[in-house]
Amino acid sequence: MSVTEAQVVAAAPAAIRATVPAERGTLARLSRQRAGLAGLGVLAVLALLALAAPLVSPRDPLAQDRADQFRPPSLANPFGTDEFGRDIFSRVIHGARISLLTGAVAVLIAALVGVPLGLLGGFFGGWVDAVTMRFLDFLLAVPAILLAMVIIAVLGPGSFNAMLAVGVVSVPAFARLTRASTLSLKEREFVLATRALGVGPPYLMFRTILPNASGPLLVQMAVTAAVAMLLEAALSFLGLGTRPPDPSWGSMLNTGRSFLHQAPWYGLFPGIAITGAVLSLNAVADALQAVVGGGSRPSGATA
Amino acid sequence: MGKYVALRLVQLLPVLLLASIAVWLMIYLIPGDPAIAMLGPDVTAEQLARARERMGLDRPLPVQYALWLGRVVQGDLGVSYVGSVPVRTMLAQRIPVTLQLTIAALLVALAIAAPLGIMAAIRPRSWIGRLVGVYSALAMAVPTFWLGILLVLLFGLQLQWLPTSGFVPIWEDPGRALRLLILPALTLSAYVSAVLARFTRAALLETISQDYVRTARAKGLRERAVVGAHALRNALIPIVTVVGLQFGAFMGGAVITEAIFDYPGLGRMLLQAILQRDYTVIQGTMLFVVLSFALINLLTDLLYAYLDPRIRYS
Repeated sequence: MSVTEAQVVAAAPAAIRATVPAERGTLARLSRQRAGLAGLGVLAVLALLALAAPLVSPRDPLAQDRADQFRPPSLANPFGTDEFGRDIFSRVIHGARISLLTGAVAVLIAALVGVPLGLLGGFFGGWVDAVTMRFLDFLLAVPAILLAMVIIAVLGPGSFNAMLAVGVVSVPAFARLTRASTLSLKEREFVLATRALGVGPPYLMFRTILPNASGPLLVQMAVTAAVAMLLEAALSFLGLGTRPPDPSWGSMLNTGRSFLHQAPWYGLFPGIAITGAVLSLNAVADALQAVVGGGSRPSGATA
Repeated sequence: MGKYVALRLVQLLPVLLLASIAVWLMIYLIPGDPAIAMLGPDVTAEQLARARERMGLDRPLPVQYALWLGRVVQGDLGVSYVGSVPVRTMLAQRIPVTLQLTIAALLVALAIAAPLGIMAAIRPRSWIGRLVGVYSALAMAVPTFWLGILLVLLFGLQLQWLPTSGFVPIWEDPGRALRLLILPALTLSAYVSAVLARFTRAALLETISQDYVRTARAKGLRERAVVGAHALRNALIPIVTVVGLQFGAFMGGAVITEAIFDYPGLGRMLLQAILQRDYTVIQGTMLFVVLSFALINLLTDLLYAYLDPRIRYS
């Protein structure tokens, strides 16, 4: 399911290997995925904007000026102004920070918890594994937004807690995927051979099996980041994530929808930002899938 | 089949038990005392002690859980902290409201997905084949809440064709209820319609390449009969089951859709309960969602096993 390029090449007889062109490397194949590259470009620009937000944004995202209330898009305010006369363009740029950060933190939490869980379960099996996996299956089936809302109900609303909640609800997908790869890989000859050398389970799990399961996990990371950004925006939209006056795309849309009469642009630009970011990440995930993954693309969640 | 049903039911029990423990534990994971969480910070020590005793908080945890589960099984979900109304009554009021929205959204999703998916499978390299790809990529990336806002902007404010908030039971005033349902149902159906369109295309593409379809063509049937009677019919099995699995997407989307359109359903109730820290209502709603979820998944599995005997014997 997830044989790396190196393995295929190593397993091929020398004669065949000689005919494989040098540019068939993973990176080279990635460079042919045009939509994925475009997505990567958009994300790179967003990341740069987020990092340099205080330098690039024309105005202070928190600076209020009642006289400037609800100005339509113009040269001075490309995305218009909001109910406090704040520059929406500057706020959208600053909103990229929380969105991208949530994507990164969620992937980190989900991978750090889910991958070991899946490795242990797949490697040792037993009834603990059976019960855990049934429960994770169930968590996977319950909509992520509801799970995240319940976690927020316990922890309380806020940016940090929203990131945590989004990370936690992304754990089951990683655990499930890692476990499935582990199950199929642990019976493979190269793993059995390594085991025969007398190495212990930790080495087998983390040094032998995990590197060979990395392709689908990489795809899952991109998918998770997209889902995490959607979820954070949804939570903020519901008033459970980033709270005003801090700029976040979701909370801007939440406030904006009360002023659609006076300022239709308010409900437009933050949404374009989220959709663009998510489309880009999905394109990257599809490209990675085509290059390193096997089987079908892991599913995301709705928000 | 009977053995398979029994097996699936037995497998369901530990999951439901774990889920119920998780839902119940929630109230103990909140920082601070549940009695204080219920009464608010301004209580006397005596009031607190009495509340703790009444809530059974002075007993050991396993006993508390057993007592709680016993009440839940009898249908007693407790009373709302905020409104002092039994949670069961609140659920009974909200469930039909959300059901009306969900059914409307499912119909819209099928109306969009079926023609798109079928056309794309019959003519994979035509413009409609490409349209399905673009449509599903967009519908999966556009957040539900932004789509709702866009629809309100266009049809509610710009064109002024449709109302943007409110609810009427369909049996009271069908015309008005339908007008009120159009925008929320479109919003809620977008994601699911994309999933279904993709899936219909894939399922139909697979059956179209089967031998029996080739045979049907070889014996001279018209293309319409080949696709309709042979390919589509067999593709319907997986499609029907995927529809069942979309319940989760609908429940998640309902929370957001109901918030946009001021729609008084289950999702609004849950959101309000979370904002007001009304924990019995949160517990009751989550229990209902989890239980209906487990049942729908089970029914979907059973339906699939019934339609495709290979599943129950593997």
